[in-house]
Amino acid sequence: MTDIQININNKTYPTATQPSIANLKLSLNSNEFICLVGPSGCGKTTLLNIIAGLDNDYDGEILVGQQHTPPKIGYIFQNPRLLPWRTVRENIELALGEHQSPDVIDALLEVMQLTQAQHVYPERLSLGMSRRVSIIRAFAIDPEVLLMDEPFVSLDAPTARQVRELLVKLWQQRPHTVLFVTHDLREAIALADRLIFLSASPMQAVSEIIVPIARSERGNELAIESFRQQLLQNHPEIKQLL
Amino acid sequence: MSLLVFLGIWQGLAVYLNSNTLPTPEAVAKVFWLGCVSGQLPFHLGVTLLRLVVSFSVAMLLGCAIGIVLGRNKKLDAFFDNWLVIFLNIPALVTIILCYVWFGLVESAAILAVVINKLPNVIVTIREGTRALDQDLLDMARCYHFGKRKTLVHVIWPQLHPFVMGATRSGLALIWKIILVVELLGRSNGMGYQLHLFFQLFDVASILAYTVAFVAVIQLIELLILKPLDKKALRWRR
Repeated sequence: MTDIQININNKTYPTATQPSIANLKLSLNSNEFICLVGPSGCGKTTLLNIIAGLDNDYDGEILVGQQHTPPKIGYIFQNPRLLPWRTVRENIELALGEHQSPDVIDALLEVMQLTQAQHVYPERLSLGMSRRVSIIRAFAIDPEVLLMDEPFVSLDAPTARQVRELLVKLWQQRPHTVLFVTHDLREAIALADRLIFLSASPMQAVSEIIVPIARSERGNELAIESFRQQLLQNHPEIKQLL
Repeated sequence: MSLLVFLGIWQGLAVYLNSNTLPTPEAVAKVFWLGCVSGQLPFHLGVTLLRLVVSFSVAMLLGCAIGIVLGRNKKLDAFFDNWLVIFLNIPALVTIILCYVWFGLVESAAILAVVINKLPNVIVTIREGTRALDQDLLDMARCYHFGKRKTLVHVIWPQLHPFVMGATRSGLALIWKIILVVELLGRSNGMGYQLHLFFQLFDVASILAYTVAFVAVIQLIELLILKPLDKKALRWRR
C-alpha cells in the first residue's frame, strides 16, 4: 500500500526570513490522483522535492504506508530534464536500471506516439515531445508514487489536452498515487480525484475538495466548467489562490 | 595555401640574407631526411613522446579526479584553494630544478617535474567545469536512482567534456614546452637534449628540422585523436 502521510512542521530556506512551508499536513490515499492547486512560488516544487527525497533540509516527516523502504518515485519535472547527449530511448533506459524490459519501453513509446523518434537526441524534439519522453521515463519505472510539477505548462492547448488524456489512460492501466501540481483549475478538475488548495508563504492547505465527476465525463468541457463555477461560488476563499 | 606562401617567403628571405643562421627550406628538408634515415630523429622524438604520454596521462587522471572532488566539495576546495594558486604560479624551472636536486637526474624525477607543472592547470579547469554542472540533471539522476557510476558516466562526464578537451589541448601545449626544458637540464636523450646540442654547435638547420618533426606530430595528434574524440562526443549537438 502506498498511502502517504506528509507532516512538514517547518521548511525554511537558508537565505529566507520566513518559512516557505509551515505545519503542512496532507494524507494521500493509495492510487489516488491528487491535484495541488496554488499560486506560483507558494512552495509546491519544494514540497515535491521533499517528497522525492531531493531536499532533506526540513523539519518533519514523510511516512509511506507501513513499509520502511522509500517508495519507487517517478518524478516529472517542470522542465523535461532529459540528458541531451543520450537518445530518447537511452534516456528512458537509464532511468530503468538493470531490470528493464524492452517491451515496456516499446509499449509506452507507442502510446505516447514517439516510436519514430526513439533514436533521436532530445535537442531535435519539440517541447511537447520532450515532455512526453519525461512522462514515459516516469511511467517506465512502474512507480508507486508519481510526482508531476506543472508538466503541461507552456504547451499549446490541443497538445496539453492530448498529453493529459494519454496520462490518464496510462494511470488507469497501472494505478498508483499521483501528486499533480498545477495552477490551472480547469486542468486540475479534469484530472483529479481530489483537489487540495494551497496558500502562499508559508504554504498551508486551505481546503480539500473531492471531484465527483465520473472519469468518462472528464473530457466534457461543459461539465468541467460548470463544476468550476460552482466551486468558486461555494468556496470564495480559493479565488485568491488562482 | 598559407603553408606554400610561408615556404615561399622563407625561401626568399634565406636566399636574400644568405646567412648561416637561416638555412633554406631545402637544406632543412635534407637534414630532416638524413635524421630520419639515420634513426636519430625518430629515436629522440620517440623518447620525448613517451615522456609526454606518461606525464600527460598521470596529470590528466589525477587532475580530473581532484578537480571533480574539489568542484563538488566546498570545504575541501576552500582548504586547497590557496595551494592551488601557489602551484599554478610557481615557475616551471623551479620545480624542475628542485625535482632533479631532490630525486636525482633520473627518469621519474623528470616525469614528476612535468606532472607537477601540469597538474594545477587540469585541476582548475575541471573544477570550474564541475562547479558549472547542471543541478537539475543531477537531481533527476538521484531521483531515478542512477547510482554513482551511472551518474558519473552519463550525467557528469558529458558535461565535463568541453573542459576536459580544453585541459587536454592547453595541457599538451604546456607539456611539450616543459618537457624540452626538463630534457635540456637533466636527460641525455630526447628532443630537448638534442636541441641543446644543436644550439652549442650553432646548427640552425637541425634545430628547424626537429621543429618541423615536432609540429607534424602535434598536427597528427590533433587530427587523429582529438578531432575524432570531439566529433564523437558532440554528435548530439544540433
